[in-house]
Amino acid sequence: MTRATTCATTSAIVFDDVSLKHGGVTRLSHLSLEVNRGEVLGLLGHNGAGKTTSMKLMLGLLSPTQGSLSVLGQRPDRAGDRAFRQHLGYLPENVRFYPNLSGRETLTYLARLKGRPTAEVDELLVQVGLGGAADRRLATWSKGMRQRLGLAQALLGEPRLLLLDEPTSGLDPAATEAVYATIGMLKARGVTVVLSSHLLPGVEPVIDRALILGEGKCLALGDLASLRERFALPYVIEMRGAPQDLALRLIREGIPARSSLADGGRLRLEVAPEHRMNALRLCTAFQGLKDLEIRPPSLEALYRRVQAPSGRDPGNGNEGSSESDASDRYQVIDESDHTTVSPSAEDTP
Amino acid sequence: MRLLLTIAHKEFRDGLRHRWVLGIAVLLGVLALGIAAFGAAASGGTGFTGLSTTLISLSTLSMLLIPLIALMLAYDAIVGEDEGGTLLLLATYPMSRRTWLLGKFMGHAWVLGLATLCGFAVAGVVIAFATPEAALAEVAAGLTTLIVSSVLLGWSFLALAYWISARAGSKQAAASQALITWFVFVLVLDLALLALLVGVRQGGAWLPWLMLANPAECFRLLVLSAVEPHQASAITALASATPRSSLLLALLQVVWVLLPLGLAIRRFEHRAL
Repeated sequence: MTRATTCATTSAIVFDDVSLKHGGVTRLSHLSLEVNRGEVLGLLGHNGAGKTTSMKLMLGLLSPTQGSLSVLGQRPDRAGDRAFRQHLGYLPENVRFYPNLSGRETLTYLARLKGRPTAEVDELLVQVGLGGAADRRLATWSKGMRQRLGLAQALLGEPRLLLLDEPTSGLDPAATEAVYATIGMLKARGVTVVLSSHLLPGVEPVIDRALILGEGKCLALGDLASLRERFALPYVIEMRGAPQDLALRLIREGIPARSSLADGGRLRLEVAPEHRMNALRLCTAFQGLKDLEIRPPSLEALYRRVQAPSGRDPGNGNEGSSESDASDRYQVIDESDHTTVSPSAEDTP
Repeated sequence: MRLLLTIAHKEFRDGLRHRWVLGIAVLLGVLALGIAAFGAAASGGTGFTGLSTTLISLSTLSMLLIPLIALMLAYDAIVGEDEGGTLLLLATYPMSRRTWLLGKFMGHAWVLGLATLCGFAVAGVVIAFATPEAALAEVAAGLTTLIVSSVLLGWSFLALAYWISARAGSKQAAASQALITWFVFVLVLDLALLALLVGVRQGGAWLPWLMLANPAECFRLLVLSAVEPHQASAITALASATPRSSLLLALLQVVWVLLPLGLAIRRFEHRAL
């Protein structure tokens, strides 16, 4: 959160108390936000939460009804000059392109419209992994390929700001991985990236900060570590071969914990972040322990917590179940954030 | 300007790939050929019946078909790209909406113009073969008028289609509005005019001027102005009261292209995305 206080010259995007009302509906209400150059911001929220609206505001397609907004030092809805838009890359949520043109023709056309040399086209097609299909008509392409073409056009002209609306929707895991790798590369080049998503597990490693929106309001903003801390989400420890009354024993040691049974007879513990090391020590001390796994609270859990009606006490009983299905998905999709601890020396005390 | 041409070229290529150019040219060509070759069937004979009759028959064909083709070609020009997501994308590109619309219109205009030219040129060749050599200049002049005014007619309805497309919220709405537009301008207004003519007994001198409020009638008047007066039929009797200056009528047709196009641009610039 300290980043939000940096001076305006390093900010790519500044929302200052921006609201947008349209036809009596508040699409966005009192959003204040600064995004630094070279930062990757994740826009998270359900459908209708205001993700696309925020993007359209940044693109100048909508004007705020209140507050002010500056993107790359300009008011986007007043930015008449071509240079501003040339430095902008945008991937809309759904774009079908022209079925009768080939990928190369489409990208060449778009490059011309953007005033870029068409020499970039071949390079970009290869970069997004479409080199082989470039000359086939788009009508024969899969959704994932068209999505990658959309990414390629957003990269035309080395943009300084990239706005990606659901960049991985409809992509298989490998292609999703490739998209995030590309985003990582751009970030290294100093490109500011705003990406919206409701597929949470994948974006976690990519984003610097998350803005969680709900019904047009900012529910939470910050990097993942500080958000985890702020919402005091429990770490999850799963193990096999541990005694059933483990939670009780931990509580007796002064470590607040909750336990439940997970799939395959595994015992699942939830402990507060500050107690996780002590809990781990106690758990590994058991002789019958076969396997142990510890996970930090996922973005999804955070997201659910933030979206939950306010006034709910963090740590009440309902959270267990939501954390549970969240982490199940987490486990399947994202392997990178796991820390698996195999009990050393097969249970020698 | 380069942007305009880029957009127009892409639209034209789309038109080629969708077989619009070929389809329209073949349709018009075959029908025109039929009219030119068997135009006398109505009067009991066969074969070519003379330039004026043929031109009038061809103009009726144009008046019915070309507006419909133009409307079908372009009713989804804007709303279609909106539904496909490309409009939203292109709105973030460094070009104005006006440039994009004009470029697209130019591309469609080129598709329609080329197809009309090819279609009628075929008929022209047949007519030329059936005409004595001395009258060739007359044939050329008549056909040129027909083709130019047909193209202008097509462009007016193209511009109307753009206006419809800029206003419509969905492709289906645009399609039905396009059909209604065709129905009104090509059939209803014509009949309404006739009804008025019959209904108003006296002081109806202003009535023929009403014809100018319809691009399809402007077209017909322009073609008639190129046909000799002694061929005048029932339609020309009405037309005789209106200005017969070809130049004025051609100008009016141009106005009928620019007016809806201007409205389309104005509407499009305020279209929410």
